[in-house]
Amino acid sequence: MLIRPLGLAVLWIGLLVLPFTGIFKATLISISLLVGGLLWKGATIFFHQILPLRKNPIGLIRLPRFTKAVTAATNGANPLGSLATQATLREGEFIYPKNIYLLAKRVSPKQAQIAGLLSLSIAPLLLNNYFIDVLTVAGIYVVLALGLNITVGLAGLLDLGYIAFYAIGAYAYALLNIHFGLSFWVGMPLGGIIAALFGLILGFITLRLRGDYLAIVTLGFIQIVHMVLNNWDRLTHGPNGILNIARPAIGSFSFQEPIHFYYLILSMGLLTIGTIVRLNRSRIGRAWIAIREDELAAEAMGIPVTRYKVLAFTLGAMYAGIAGTFFAAKFAFVSPESFTFLESVLVLAMVVLGGMGSIPGAILGASVLIILPELLRGMADYRMLIFGALLVLMMIFRPQGVMARRKRLNFDFYD
Amino acid sequence: MLLQQLIHGLILGSVYALIALGYTMVYGILGLINFAHGEVYMIGAYLAIIFLGILTAVGLTSQYLILSLFLAFLGSALFCGAYGFTLERIAYRPLQKAHRLSPLISAIGVSIFLQNYVMITQGSSDKVFPHLLPEGGIQIGGMIHLNPIQILILTVSLLLMIALHLFVTQTRMGKAMRATAQDARMASLVGINIDAVISTTFVIGSAMAAAAGVMVAIYYGVVNFSIGYVAGIKAFTAAVLGGIGNIPGAMLGGILLGMVESMGSSYISSEYKDLYSFLLLIIVLLFKPTGLLGEKVNEKV
Repeated sequence: MLIRPLGLAVLWIGLLVLPFTGIFKATLISISLLVGGLLWKGATIFFHQILPLRKNPIGLIRLPRFTKAVTAATNGANPLGSLATQATLREGEFIYPKNIYLLAKRVSPKQAQIAGLLSLSIAPLLLNNYFIDVLTVAGIYVVLALGLNITVGLAGLLDLGYIAFYAIGAYAYALLNIHFGLSFWVGMPLGGIIAALFGLILGFITLRLRGDYLAIVTLGFIQIVHMVLNNWDRLTHGPNGILNIARPAIGSFSFQEPIHFYYLILSMGLLTIGTIVRLNRSRIGRAWIAIREDELAAEAMGIPVTRYKVLAFTLGAMYAGIAGTFFAAKFAFVSPESFTFLESVLVLAMVVLGGMGSIPGAILGASVLIILPELLRGMADYRMLIFGALLVLMMIFRPQGVMARRKRLNFDFYD
Repeated sequence: MLLQQLIHGLILGSVYALIALGYTMVYGILGLINFAHGEVYMIGAYLAIIFLGILTAVGLTSQYLILSLFLAFLGSALFCGAYGFTLERIAYRPLQKAHRLSPLISAIGVSIFLQNYVMITQGSSDKVFPHLLPEGGIQIGGMIHLNPIQILILTVSLLLMIALHLFVTQTRMGKAMRATAQDARMASLVGINIDAVISTTFVIGSAMAAAAGVMVAIYYGVVNFSIGYVAGIKAFTAAVLGGIGNIPGAMLGGILLGMVESMGSSYISSEYKDLYSFLLLIIVLLFKPTGLLGEKVNEKV
């Protein structure tokens, strides 16, 4: 009875791939799927039904030796301690995995932040240039994901053309640098402002549109930007792109090595995180969340909805523009190829994967989605195939995102 | 010249309309954008090449051309229907209760997967479609020239649209679909099997996309694993243009889009071919935010 649905599914998949792969490979795929599925089923049965029956009826995890000390120390006034004593734990006993956090010493967020920051600052000294570059690109995407997190995660506006602002920032710095010799330190804020202006204009155009209509207009926007970059040869050099963009410099020190750019993007990322955390906790951040949760109710409470929506769009665009200027400075080269709809989707996937509206989530999502394909590089052709499959699996097993926040209140009279 | 361009636009438009129907039906029922729909269309085109290749090897195409074309259409539509069914099972059904952006991401995952799967199994170079239909065609009024392929595309898409219209308005399943689109919870309360309705929607939409894929493959003669992306975006634009969730709207939007694109690229500049459709979309949405035929939804407080 366990085997039948699995067998049917395997047969079905085998039939689906048959015209593309031929009989031999289709059989091979089916057999490997069958074996994989059987192993998975076997493992689930073993862990959920057979193992718990042996010896300990409650669970799986064996308490480490120090647990006794922790339980003893937390006895008394501490609510965690009293919970632990209720379970009357003894050394070597088994408890539910989900209860283990009651006993483990909790790391405060501050300590975690300091540890993360320290390891990020030391990391490039231990890594080779290739991995530093990967981390730098991940840093760019962290800034992008955090910016998009404002628009999508906080204000709830589905923006599919976010990369367009990234492109605008990159090209703005590239053109200003090539034609007027502007330095990076002037170009970066300027690129951000220009991108923000575009965001403002697009925000005003899309004011009246709701939900998915907004999505398609932003999708149109990225297409239009991509097309203009590709075809306006006199300004953008078309598909050839712009070469020899100046690297940033302070006095006589010029940013050349990967490690220089790593520390630059690290500080830009920290700045982004700092500003967004403060924005998130401010009146503006709360207004955005109110709009996301219920636009009508927010309006009734006196929040100027359209103004805050445009603001979300504009600020998101600004971060993308700044990330774009860094991209242009780091690679000294921009071409339309880097700014496609697929990139937009990738950034959106980072935000959703991490958990919408969550800042650590956006950081985690960006890091995972940039570093994961690099780790899969050994698989050559199968890299993107596996990436697509993993994206689906991650969504199925954790649809709300890895670091989703729990809603504080949920008023739903219908359910 | 003008009329000829109009005909070209009409053909392009009916292909867009067929794909757009899949988007609009799924949106009408689930309220979600099916991002993997363009890939289903691409798979349809590939399947047509594969099936016609087999039929040619058997020797059927030289003797019974119409029959073998019909078989290719049928096979491609059946397989794509199965792909659509599987897509819904994998990427949408487990996420029914999740936030509405989650299925979007899983559909994108499926889309990336399918693109690479076709690239790995069929190679990344262009596939050339066998040249089957005879040259020639008919002249209308000395102005318009229609070749057999164009006649085929126009008739097949017209027939499919009429069939879909009849299905949705006349059959029991069609009624269930309309009820689900109006209010899924209410429909389930009166005994409609929502899951079956959703599956049917995906299967029909995918079969339509397959038909479009087959016809485009015959029309242009080449197929590439990346054609699904642009076609998907255009068709989605067409669906929104007509008012997403609205079936006649998708047909109208598709044909309008094809016309504008054909006119724009022949009279203004073909470099900005894709620009006209989006400009049209933005202009329409500015004046009518719900699309051409979309109804205004009053929000309940």
